[in-house]
Amino acid sequence: MATVGASVPTLDTVREKVEAGDRLDFEDGLALLESDDLLALGELADLARRLRGGTDDVYFVQNLYLNQTNVCRVKCKFCAFARTAKQEGAYTISIAELVEDAARQHELTGFTEIHMVNGESPHVTFEWYVETVRALHAALPDVHLKLYTASEIHHMSTLSGLGYEEILRELRDAGLGSLPGGGAEIFADRVRRLVAPGKEHPDRWFEVHDIAHRLGLPTHCTMLYGHVETYEERVDHLLRLRDQQDRTGGFLAFVPLAFHPENTVFERRGWAFTSGAEDLKMMAVSRLLLDNIPNLKAYWIMMGLPLASVALHFGANDVQGTVVREEIFRAAGSTIGSEQKIDELVRHVKDAGRVPVQRDTLYRELRRWE
Amino acid sequence: MTLTVRSSRPPRAAAPVRRILEQALAGARISDIDAVTLLRSRELVAVGRAADELRARKTDPAKVTFVVDRNVNYTNVCKTDCDFCAFYRRPGDRAEGYLLPKAVIFRKIEETLAIGGTGLLMQGGHHPDLAIEFYEDLFRSIKSRYRIHLHALSPPEIHHISRRSRLPVAETLTRLRDAGLDSIPGGGAEILVERVRRLIAPKKTKAQEWLHVMREAHRLGISTTATMMYGHVETLEERVEHLRRIRELQDELHGFRAFISWTFQPDGTRLGPRVERFPTSFDYLLTQAVSRIYLDNVDHIQSSWVTQGMKIGQVALAFGADDLGSVMTEENVVSAAGTTHRASTDDFVRAIRALGKVPVQRDTLYREVRVFD
Repeated sequence: MATVGASVPTLDTVREKVEAGDRLDFEDGLALLESDDLLALGELADLARRLRGGTDDVYFVQNLYLNQTNVCRVKCKFCAFARTAKQEGAYTISIAELVEDAARQHELTGFTEIHMVNGESPHVTFEWYVETVRALHAALPDVHLKLYTASEIHHMSTLSGLGYEEILRELRDAGLGSLPGGGAEIFADRVRRLVAPGKEHPDRWFEVHDIAHRLGLPTHCTMLYGHVETYEERVDHLLRLRDQQDRTGGFLAFVPLAFHPENTVFERRGWAFTSGAEDLKMMAVSRLLLDNIPNLKAYWIMMGLPLASVALHFGANDVQGTVVREEIFRAAGSTIGSEQKIDELVRHVKDAGRVPVQRDTLYRELRRWE
Repeated sequence: MTLTVRSSRPPRAAAPVRRILEQALAGARISDIDAVTLLRSRELVAVGRAADELRARKTDPAKVTFVVDRNVNYTNVCKTDCDFCAFYRRPGDRAEGYLLPKAVIFRKIEETLAIGGTGLLMQGGHHPDLAIEFYEDLFRSIKSRYRIHLHALSPPEIHHISRRSRLPVAETLTRLRDAGLDSIPGGGAEILVERVRRLIAPKKTKAQEWLHVMREAHRLGISTTATMMYGHVETLEERVEHLRRIRELQDELHGFRAFISWTFQPDGTRLGPRVERFPTSFDYLLTQAVSRIYLDNVDHIQSSWVTQGMKIGQVALAFGADDLGSVMTEENVVSAAGTTHRASTDDFVRAIRALGKVPVQRDTLYREVRVFD
């Protein structure tokens, strides 16, 4: 075809780069997203994963999800979780209650990780956060505490007047193990203005993660896609994460999150869920572009376990966790039961021809199903 | 959405799978043993790529088709007692057994036509009281009122009517066709292997009888589809034996226009608790891709969003299927077994476009009705 010049990347030229171990660039990323050869993308992502040392191991963690408060000062348009303090359904759980609940859950399931993110309540103090971490750590010293997005760290800074570094040091000293990757959304200014105008500038997200990595706190990273962003903005997002990882290397895993429009303003505008093909494509492209982030999660709570098991052949090597409780996505109408037996994860992973490995938060192996 | 960014490389797979896929892509038939090897492998993407390539040679790769019709179950009264069925009620069940009056069927047809539907898929239980005259009268009264394609009566129902009315199958089919029957759905095939049928549906039409009805229909020029319901007590070899019987009959008369497979839906069935291992969507996609490769003489493969959900139903269109099946305005059988997925024409169009394909509404016989450019 005459319109296709030699400089336009194709799946074949991208594959040559992958095979040679060359880094993909912005144009490559765009070409991948614009391709409709879904299975070739999957094949390429799996090849890239293996060439970078990936095996048949597929990880999951036994974890507990907590949300201590849904009171939030930020009005993000994609969120069905947040409430103002006086709104019906608003809650803030006391530290004692939270710890008691976590301890009880731990007796029942023996999870190794607590994942907690919250609304950004203006009615709490930084000390409340530190106390929470300290109390959880005291009650469950062997449990890894993966708490608070970069947005929440920024919020603590606003509440206390302290800098990010001081905040992260205090939280770390109180028992914080790592940061989850939320609040990243899409980094492009245009998109942030449209969907989360009340949220801090995306540069703050990077600053927090940069400092965390330098303090030895590993973190996770995410992208919320499938709303108003363009393909260019998705690629830009991924490449910004790749640059950060080059500098500090502290990202354990990347999680692409498909936008759930239910119970948000977008639902009234007739928005729909991303389709399965779009989710698989995003998975594959994430793996191909993020050549320096070791783990890629097919977050089954969002995409459903059936699709997550297929995603294991599109670059993913992690299905996240057993997730005893999950409230943010439930509020957005996800009807997939959050309590999933390990058996079911194991069955789906095995069925995909992969080896289920239960890990801790830092990807150390705890148990393997051969 | 650009077709210029496609891979020109062949599927990447380990040696035994690669050889089989190369053979299929070279235009050769794959053997039963090869099909089992593919089903047993976990090389989903490689098998899928080969299936997608073979699909592109059979049907327009730029398009994905679907039909708008209504699944009307005229009765749930059935004497056959299949263990996998949550829909039927025994004869004499006055509380829950039903037989739809004509007026209700007419109203359903009018609703279907009003939303741009072109067909009626009508199936029901094996009602002991209904002889051929009932169906002839029903079909004639439908056809005299409405211009709608009548896709009705799976082989076990035809078989039941022929026995009930003591008529040969060919005569039963001729009379039904003359009364207005346009084509026959491929239901009731389950797994066309006697060992399996004895375990899950001992009173149902035998494999040979199912094939006999289809053979007679094809001889009469009545077009049909073929189906497979799997993921219960059958072995992988038996799944392939099923496919072989379809392929063999297709070689004879080429009367199957499409093949549709789906996984057993267990809720509320007697068979459910006896199944050791339920197939995952991964199995589903692989089985569908293998069916495209193995059934080299069937033009159309439909994905089953009704049983798999729209996400996997859409993804399945990259694994050898060229058709998303039906926007069903009514569905009773799968939903009785605990699986309810809903979709509209808009959902279909969006899902197909998200794959970079052009959605095309077709009629039951795969003639284009509307192209969503």
